[in-house]
Amino acid sequence: MTDARWSEPAPTRRWSWTDPALRSAVIQIALAIALIWMAWSFFANAQANLARQGIASGFGFLDNSAGFGITQTLIPYSESMSYGRAFLVGLLNTLLVAALGIVLATIIGFLVGVARLSKNVVIKALASAYVEVTRNLPPLFQILFWYLAVLSTMPSPRQSWSFGLQPMFNAFAGWASGIGLTPLSDMLAALAGDVSAPGVFINNRGLVVPRPVFEADFSIIFWIFVAGIAAAFLLARWARRRQERTGQQFPSFWAGLALVAVPPTIAGFLLGWPLSFETPVLRGFNFVGGIRVIPEFVALLVALAIYTAGFIAEIVRAGILAVSKGQTEAAYSLGLRSGPTLRLVVIPQAMRVIVPPLTSQYLNLTKNSTLGVAVGYPDLFAIFAGTTLNQTGQAIEIIALTMAVYLVISILTSALMGWYNKRVALVER
Amino acid sequence: MVHSFKRILLAAGVLALGVGAAGAATLDDVKARGALNCGVSQGLPGFSNPDDKGNWTGLDVDFCRAIAAAIFNDASKVKYSPLSAKDRFTALQSGAIDVLSRNTTWTMSRDTTLGFNFVGVMYYDGQGFMVRKSLNLKSVNELNGASICVQTGTTNELNVGDYFRTNNLKYELIAFATIDETIKAYDSGRCDAFTSDQSQLYAVRLKLTNASDHVVLPEVISKEPLGPVVRHGDDQWFDLVKWSYFALVDAEELGVNSKNVDQMVSSPNPEIKRLLGSDGKFGEAIGLPVDWVARMVKQVGNYGEIFDRNLGPNTPLAIDRGLNKLWNKGGLQYGMPVR
Ligand SMILES: N[C@@H](CCC(=O)N[C@@H](CS)C(=O)NCC(=O)O)C(=O)O
Repeated sequence: MTDARWSEPAPTRRWSWTDPALRSAVIQIALAIALIWMAWSFFANAQANLARQGIASGFGFLDNSAGFGITQTLIPYSESMSYGRAFLVGLLNTLLVAALGIVLATIIGFLVGVARLSKNVVIKALASAYVEVTRNLPPLFQILFWYLAVLSTMPSPRQSWSFGLQPMFNAFAGWASGIGLTPLSDMLAALAGDVSAPGVFINNRGLVVPRPVFEADFSIIFWIFVAGIAAAFLLARWARRRQERTGQQFPSFWAGLALVAVPPTIAGFLLGWPLSFETPVLRGFNFVGGIRVIPEFVALLVALAIYTAGFIAEIVRAGILAVSKGQTEAAYSLGLRSGPTLRLVVIPQAMRVIVPPLTSQYLNLTKNSTLGVAVGYPDLFAIFAGTTLNQTGQAIEIIALTMAVYLVISILTSALMGWYNKRVALVER
Repeated sequence: MVHSFKRILLAAGVLALGVGAAGAATLDDVKARGALNCGVSQGLPGFSNPDDKGNWTGLDVDFCRAIAAAIFNDASKVKYSPLSAKDRFTALQSGAIDVLSRNTTWTMSRDTTLGFNFVGVMYYDGQGFMVRKSLNLKSVNELNGASICVQTGTTNELNVGDYFRTNNLKYELIAFATIDETIKAYDSGRCDAFTSDQSQLYAVRLKLTNASDHVVLPEVISKEPLGPVVRHGDDQWFDLVKWSYFALVDAEELGVNSKNVDQMVSSPNPEIKRLLGSDGKFGEAIGLPVDWVARMVKQVGNYGEIFDRNLGPNTPLAIDRGLNKLWNKGGLQYGMPVR
């Protein structure tokens, strides 16, 4: 709406504090100048202070070699690489634990949240106890608990608990042939032959599993798999459209699953399954080969997921309770069964209440991942705002960069959730 | 950790806003405050460790007490800030402490780009490894493929990389933020070896569940000259801290100790006369009264007394003085002459 005054033939405007538009413009300009001046003096002061104390400044240090080793690296890294590279390693480690943590916390949180509304007294009590315990213990305590309490019960590498892949594959092969799926059974038996030694080990150095080694032909199977996913999506869309038009239903979930799973399996069988496993073997102090998941990562992931799930459970419960009973009753009176009622009526409405606070939980989890430094998990905070800062002494640059990274992660998470929220929000037709 | 993050953030803010003590006369600030702000470790027996009554003790602590004695004639006027290896430099840069006396290795980057001056070497050390006796190891070179626990923000973290790489050994380094977390992880079996400066290995061993199950391997893989640190930009303060250290070593060399210092004041030896202020006004050059050394030695003792009290044969650590003997007794401790 335009201000009525602007549309009148303007009388000569005179400067006056009583004119709200002018006043607010003046205040805003003054504020902007003050802010710019503050930022500038902040910068100039820092420069002068650093120069006087002879502290290095600038971002040139990112090219210097880091010199320290890192336990978990998702990209190739060695001590002779740069601080910049170490920064990337730390960033990826942060993203890994945050992303997996969010997925796990969401799954546990939804299960517990629904369980709290259960009519079964035992389940309800267990869920309530879960929420009370996890929400009320500080996250740092929970991380240290999972790390030290669990770690100290683990055996040393020489006494590792081992779980054979071979017997597992053989068992599945026997089951498959028992129900007449001979090709599947042959495939599993072949895989069992590939993994000669027991494959999975648990000890106080972590969880060691065989590393899949893909041969050249494996890409064919991979692309067939991708095509299967695409086909399943198209099928689901077609089924929905058809249902909207004709009211006829189609089991698109099961058909889609078959599209995703069956063709790659057949291809794998025809190609002689071009996949083998590198099994870990104990050599000296530790296992060589395979993939190792370090206990620092597991402790941090489990603690963050369990802690945050406590809050998510409450959000989910609140969301479901916010949907009035009348909605369910109306759905029933239209003849919907309880499954579709939950899926089509209750959950979509509950999601509108759940998503915004869920976003804050995701942000909290990401920020809490910096607590991993206590158990030696090499996340961005530990590697960059910790070790690198200590070695270079460039607090301002490093803290600024670290804050910027966490800010960007948070903004991206919020934006993604905002987009999702728009999709689930009430669409008025 | 969130807590230390706040501290770093605060320090970064202080640096940027310039409200720190940077450039100002540190001695005036200390006098006005009535106490010396001294950065120490979070608990390392023999070097800086709170005793069962909560009083700080140790070699690094005694150095701060000596400075307080020189300034205030009262060795107790010290405020201690326990700092992890990782946070210590930010604390000094920002002006939160006046001197960092915390088993800190003198390296070129710390002495230059970090904006500090090292005043001397309180303790000549070198990096070593501790392992479980049951492993039956004779040498560091048998640690191929081992997991090694280390505290982050130390030279030790870097030396391991250098040493294992040059000797073509594989290793896994797990770096923890604080000493207690590092010890717990090693104790629970997460690591095959614990590495730090050798003197600290002996101190750490005292904190393990079963100290006698662990041995320190013979190799020393690096030079770790540990000394007190001050900020760039205040030469008077740098001189004061530096000469406090030299004077403690000189006192030992000249046979001046806490028991005889009152008599020694009237000694005819010209070197002792200059040291204890009965000849010349050396203390005034660093903003202190002439009897500054007498005050330090009387209340805290000379270098040898400080060493023996904290690390000597009658302590649980019982560390041999080795390189830390006086230069004329086969060691490296060498106080510049007061004249
Ligand atoms: N001298 C080395 C290491 C010093 C250091 O911090 N050592 C650890 C390892 S035992 C320590 O003293 N920690 C005690 C603490 O953090 O309170 C350095 O200056 O980087």
